[in-house]
Amino acid sequence: MERKTILSAQLLGIGYKAKKESIIIAENIDIQLKAGSLTALIGANGIGKSSLLRTLTGIQAPLSGSVLLNNQPVNQYTPPQLAQQLALVLTEALPPGNLTVYDLVALGRQPYTNWLGSLSAEDKAIVSNALQATDIEYLAHKKHYELSDGQLQKALIARALAQDTPLIVLDEPTTHLDLPNKASLLQLLKKLALEQDKCILYSTHDLDLALQLSDEIIIMKKEAIAQGIPTQLIEKKAFDNLFEGESVVFDYSTKTFRVK
Amino acid sequence: MQQTRLHISLFAALGIALVALFLVDLSFGAISIPLGDVFKTLTGGAPAKTSWEYIILDYRLPKAITALLAGIGLSIGGLLMQTLFRNPLAGPDVLGLSSGASLGVAFVILGSALLPAALGVFFTSAYGVVIAATAGSFLVLLAVLAVAQRLRDTMAILIVGLMFSSFTGAIVGVLTYFSSAEKLQKYTFWALGSLGNLPWDNIIILGLVLLIGLSLAILCIKPLDALLLGERYAKSLGVNLNRTRIVLILATSLLTGCVTAFVGPIAFVGLVVPHMAKLLFKTGSHKILFTGTLLIGAALMLLCDTFTQLPGSAFVLPVNAITSLIGAPVVISLLISKKKGIFS
Repeated sequence: MERKTILSAQLLGIGYKAKKESIIIAENIDIQLKAGSLTALIGANGIGKSSLLRTLTGIQAPLSGSVLLNNQPVNQYTPPQLAQQLALVLTEALPPGNLTVYDLVALGRQPYTNWLGSLSAEDKAIVSNALQATDIEYLAHKKHYELSDGQLQKALIARALAQDTPLIVLDEPTTHLDLPNKASLLQLLKKLALEQDKCILYSTHDLDLALQLSDEIIIMKKEAIAQGIPTQLIEKKAFDNLFEGESVVFDYSTKTFRVK
Repeated sequence: MQQTRLHISLFAALGIALVALFLVDLSFGAISIPLGDVFKTLTGGAPAKTSWEYIILDYRLPKAITALLAGIGLSIGGLLMQTLFRNPLAGPDVLGLSSGASLGVAFVILGSALLPAALGVFFTSAYGVVIAATAGSFLVLLAVLAVAQRLRDTMAILIVGLMFSSFTGAIVGVLTYFSSAEKLQKYTFWALGSLGNLPWDNIIILGLVLLIGLSLAILCIKPLDALLLGERYAKSLGVNLNRTRIVLILATSLLTGCVTAFVGPIAFVGLVVPHMAKLLFKTGSHKILFTGTLLIGAALMLLCDTFTQLPGSAFVLPVNAITSLIGAPVVISLLISKKKGIFS
């Protein structure tokens, strides 16, 4: 079965327009993300992963080329339309407040609710499903500040699920988590991609886990950006020069990164 | 479902308390009037003494209604500010809105001599004072928001509000230096704050302006809920941030500006009442918090007004003193408790 392409970028150039000149971060980026797949975005600090995510999600305008989300340029969606196509999980902390996990997840229904934000029976069913799919039903009545980092990430993912969008983009969701939590979070994302036919893109620094648990990888390096399934990328020796200097290298025999 | 039932019973309890406090406020004062007679007068009957009818209808009723409206305006203003600034200690007085309104009023009362005669007459009228106070708080709020955009630290925003207060205070100080004794006296009386002596015309203006402010606030209930996740999440949920900010600022300026214009600067109500609502209803939903804050604000202000008139004596305390006596300890205890949900 041919899977549907959700997000695609052709000859994309990303960067900033500062005063008169434009500062180019990366050019000629070609990316294709399909429904039902989990894709990791990896690269060294400062290489421009955040800029790429901002451009792909329509927060930042591309310098050249275009980003198509469901066959329409991402910048041409109105904010309410975009909210029905794309859900985000951000790294920033939630502001202090009284929100319970249930309320937090229910806010994902905002693009669909009336002017007062009242939940219909259908909305409530979708919220319960999202809580169930992320295994956090038992947390529904906890306040968001009472959660551990791992539980909070799951709650934020449940919120993104409740938003009912074909594409979910997560910015470094595994940061601050311990190893078992990192692994279970990525397994959860993989399960959601498969079972709910979501297109999920996340950025990460947990390279070994990303290699084991992602369907596809986007490697961002100074010279070029490559996308592919992990085994293909390993064959192509795409992990060479991922980091500047010689201190960390990819060991093709064990398929892990190690300190030289 | 259990939560909904709890909220409904809380609303009912607050509603009953509000009516009771309203009647008690009418009954207390230099002359105590029995509650039965208060009730009789309000329903069109004749109380035991005819003088009581005058006292209630011409003096205490307008004062109680003013207290009720002022409580609503300041509290809802505070609720909007706390969510917009993601800061549990935000409030009309803390962020310098009341000072902005004072500055507007100071300009029209103290500076009216500088305006052409016809304009001077307009601006010293009730309408002029409302417009000046609203414009004053709008400008201060816009300035605070512009600075707040550059600050991540929520506590720093409070310092900025404090700076704006002292800045506007200094301008008022300069204005008073150049104005006549008569105008100065007028301004000083206003600045002390009083719920009484407001003619019915002005109460109607106050009510109408509050109605506009509250309607704007109700339109923002859904984006306010989204803002509980922070601005970037709100944006990703389709909220038009710029429009929401402007509508919220306008609503808050109308609510606090016009209350300040008519009753003077009143401290702490806008800061404390939303907290009481959040503690009582234990929810983040602005639909619930809006109604709760409205009821508690009205009830608390009536209670404060009742305390200003010591029973059996002709002595009346300034209402600002009462709200500060209640408000300051509450804020300090909030700071000390440092509950993670409130300060993290």
